[in-house]
Amino acid sequence: MEPAKATEEEVLARAEELIKEMQKGNEQTAAQLLDYVHTAKENLLFQEVGKMTRQLHDALESFRRDSRIDSLAEHEIPDARQRLSYVIEMTQKSADRTLSAVEETMPMAEKISEQAGNLGQTWKKFRNRELSVEQFRELSADIETFLTDIERDSSIMKNNLNDVLMAQDFQDLTGQIIKRVITLVEEVEGNLVELIRLTGDRFAKPVEDNEADTAPEGPHVPGVGVKDVVANQDDVDDLLSSLGF
Amino acid sequence: MKILIVDDFSTMRRIIKNLLRDLGFSNTHEADDGATALPMLKSGDFDFLVTDWNMPGMQGIDLLKAVRADAKLANLPVLMVTAESKRDQIVEAAQAGVNGYIVKPFTAQTLKEKIDKIWERIEAA
Repeated sequence: MEPAKATEEEVLARAEELIKEMQKGNEQTAAQLLDYVHTAKENLLFQEVGKMTRQLHDALESFRRDSRIDSLAEHEIPDARQRLSYVIEMTQKSADRTLSAVEETMPMAEKISEQAGNLGQTWKKFRNRELSVEQFRELSADIETFLTDIERDSSIMKNNLNDVLMAQDFQDLTGQIIKRVITLVEEVEGNLVELIRLTGDRFAKPVEDNEADTAPEGPHVPGVGVKDVVANQDDVDDLLSSLGF
Repeated sequence: MKILIVDDFSTMRRIIKNLLRDLGFSNTHEADDGATALPMLKSGDFDFLVTDWNMPGMQGIDLLKAVRADAKLANLPVLMVTAESKRDQIVEAAQAGVNGYIVKPFTAQTLKEKIDKIWERIEAA
């Protein structure tokens, strides 16, 4: 039997034999046996180290495979970035479309209101018999123009309102995209937790956020992060008035 | 009345512009951050400044400080319209000499109230 392939039992048997041979005084046989035991032991140690290395390697490999970290880093996170950019683009487009419709409609509404006011006053004069025939002719021509204008403008206003309505379709689409990104963020979070677990919590404690107290943080999201935030405009007004505003 | 609206989002500038127009202020101009706004303020005869806080380039709070530090602009009324809502930030803006502070999201009514209040104070002073 080759000492490199010896099992634990075989090594033990040779070791017992070695003691017997030494007691008998057979130095040459004893030396051979000692050599055998020594080589075999060394090999067992190497085998053990090898096994552990393999296990570690397998653990890391399976972690990589199970967690899809490669795929997350290479594809899904850049994808998510693109998706979120698309959300910005869509909401921007929708806001622009809505604003354009409103900007076109507002002056029309103002014009109708103003013209109706003017006509109403002249009509009142007519009812009070304060208009001359010439003035009445003017009034009836104005009313005719007004009615034609209203017919045209209200049709444009209706189209614009329809446009505002249709511009809200982003909500459904962006909602779906954002939901997917939230799922991805959850998955990444799970993987990071697993990674920390595998590395045996050897990470340093989280560093406190040292940013200046008044550095911009963007919109406050209810239930998230920062303390000491005002809840609404009334809070702002109270705070300012306490400062002498 | 010539008003400068400073915000990095064009939609927000448009909203404020439309609200101001509705309140009777139709002479409005736009800038997308403090760095663009400051030279406009220095060279133009603006009567009122509406600014966001969080912008790339020069922040609104720094624009406010620069305005107050400039002899010619020091008395320009400044209304901050921003999503920044920490108490420390509001205190800092107040200390820097802001005339009004509106947190987003806001209503047309709030904008009107704050502008009216700023003018009342200026006229009373």
